[in-house]
Amino acid sequence: MSVLVFADSSEGKFKKSALEVVSYGKKVAEQLNTNVVALTINTTDASELYTYGAEKVISVTNDALNTFNAKQYAAVIIEAAKIQSATVVVIDSSTDGMYLAPIVAAKLDAGYASNTVALPSSTSPFTVKRKAFSNKAFSNTVITSEIKVIGLAKNSYGFHENAVAGVSETLDVTVAESGVVSEKIDKISDKVTIADADIVVSAGRGLKGPENWGMIEELADVLGAATACSKPVSDLGWRPHGEHVGQTGKPVASNLYIAIGISGAIQHLAGVNASKVKVVINTDPEAPFFKAADYGIVGDAFEVVPKLIEKLKAFKAS
Amino acid sequence: MKILVCISHVPDTTSKINFTENDTKFDTNGVQFVINPYDEFCLTRAMWFKEKQGASVTVINVGGSETEPTLRKALAIGADNAIRINTNPTDGIQVAKELAAVVKSGGYDLVLAGKESADYNGQMVPGMLATLTDFNFVNGCVGVEVADNKVTAIREIDGGNETLSSSLPIVLGGQKGIVEEKDLRIPNMRGIMMARKKPLEVVEPTTEGTLTNVGSFEKPAPKGAVKLVDADNVDELISLLHNEAKVI
Ligand SMILES: Cc1cc2nc3c(=O)[nH]c(=O)nc-3n(C[C@H](O)[C@H](O)[C@H](O)COP(=O)(O)OP(=O)(O)OC[C@H]3O[C@@H](n4cnc5c(N)ncnc54)[C@H](O)[C@@H]3O)c2cc1C
Ligand SMILES: Nc1ncnc2c1ncn2[C@@H]1O[C@H](COP(=O)(O)O)[C@@H](O)[C@H]1O
Repeated sequence: MSVLVFADSSEGKFKKSALEVVSYGKKVAEQLNTNVVALTINTTDASELYTYGAEKVISVTNDALNTFNAKQYAAVIIEAAKIQSATVVVIDSSTDGMYLAPIVAAKLDAGYASNTVALPSSTSPFTVKRKAFSNKAFSNTVITSEIKVIGLAKNSYGFHENAVAGVSETLDVTVAESGVVSEKIDKISDKVTIADADIVVSAGRGLKGPENWGMIEELADVLGAATACSKPVSDLGWRPHGEHVGQTGKPVASNLYIAIGISGAIQHLAGVNASKVKVVINTDPEAPFFKAADYGIVGDAFEVVPKLIEKLKAFKAS
Repeated sequence: MKILVCISHVPDTTSKINFTENDTKFDTNGVQFVINPYDEFCLTRAMWFKEKQGASVTVINVGGSETEPTLRKALAIGADNAIRINTNPTDGIQVAKELAAVVKSGGYDLVLAGKESADYNGQMVPGMLATLTDFNFVNGCVGVEVADNKVTAIREIDGGNETLSSSLPIVLGGQKGIVEEKDLRIPNMRGIMMARKKPLEVVEPTTEGTLTNVGSFEKPAPKGAVKLVDADNVDELISLLHNEAKVI
């Protein structure tokens, strides 16, 4: 018996979500009186995972796995799960994690709890809390199968140091053709992405036009944040589609979400409810976003944002 | 080309979410149900294939008779026929197993499903369905072309797009981008009239496949009131974010 976590990496470096799934897996393993095993693909130094509690790290190195392929990565996870007799498999909720987890679950005949936000409230019956109804509620899901796959919602558990003296192992795998081949990858920008960002600065139709996004980008720069927008803004072509957040766009689960000139329609809020702290800047004190926010300024973005940039620069410098 | 579009019947986005029977059942009272928004994008793309390249389009739902108006709406948008698998599913794997039985016997080439459904937000059915049928699979599609047997799909990745090539048969998890918002169709009178005459076949479930169930639902804890900061005092906001919220 063991808890297997897939510690995802990019260019040999662990993603933040990897540290989160390891931290989470360690606690689940404690609940089950067993050990956590972390699986990594094409990384060179796994010692960072020991810091977060991985008692064992299995490293797979294979050039055929340099580019992510859901079916091939799933096959590696399945093989490791079998070898380690894993009863719980934890996968992050990145785009890639969400792509491969259902494959892993279906192949292992395992119940899959996606969007899990907390440690199991009980291990018998095995019950986890998950997001449901576009963040308007939670479901306490009971997994009845012997093997359980948990998709851990981003930023829901955080990472917690829990240093152990870990051991490492290598695993040789043969990579089969998957039927789907990556032809090219286009990165839209080198800036921090909405998925990875701790802070997201988002603006809506209140900004009046695309020419006014300079101050939004500057604010994001000062904070090391990603930029985002409401749906009408991307529909109008003011901003790229990839920036649209909400029910029909991207979900945001950042630590801080700053909404500027966004009214806070229910479909917009559905995508940002999972963010920890929400700040709203809006001229209309009746804007629904004020009900969903933690901090707010009733004011004109064109006056408030430049001041905020100036003061933040001073704050960062001090 | 035979296309199957999986349609999930979900509460309209503005619905109030409440629960009954000790928080174990979703309260459908007063809730308006619609085609899951992602599925509507997929259906529209299917109509494009039908019109531009020639294809038959079947829509399918796993659900009780209450989902039939949603399937009729899909027929009114232009699907040729509909299938309802008559069971109220408890989890994604059950839906996927039921769909897999139809997909295997129906000779479908292209199966379109939404990236996620707006009710239980499983994000699991397309991947499970592809695995159970051994079809190729691309998730999070924002574009797809099919020429002969060759499929070119574009999926969204963190911070960009990836172009993938594959072949039929394939399951695609689609989202906005697979068609644009402006291409979505509102059923017209003629479509609605025609939809009444189109076949809607009800088939009985074939599997007992649940691996999870909902013990209970809960709503988020009520949020405290917003703290307002004066527009002339952004320093206070910075200090609150730093000292109280500890996010900067
Ligand atoms: C099925 C469906 C799905 C949808 N999905 C999404 C989704 O995923 N994401 C999404 O965002 N929307 C979505 N919507 C649209 C949503 O209902 C709203 O229309 C949209 O979020 C409004 O965008 P907005 O806040 O930018 O614009 P508006 O509602 O026009 O709000 C602009 C705000 O800016 C404020 N403002 C004006 N001037 C200033 C100023 N100078 N300074 C500061 N504030 C100012 C105004 O007071 C107002 O509150 C969806 C709708 C439907 C029907
Ligand atoms: N009951 C259902 N009947 C038919 N298709 C479904 C059903 N549930 C989910 N789907 C399809 O699977 C997609 C993803 O759903 P989910 O895995 O529930 O998030 C949806 O967008 C639908 O295309």
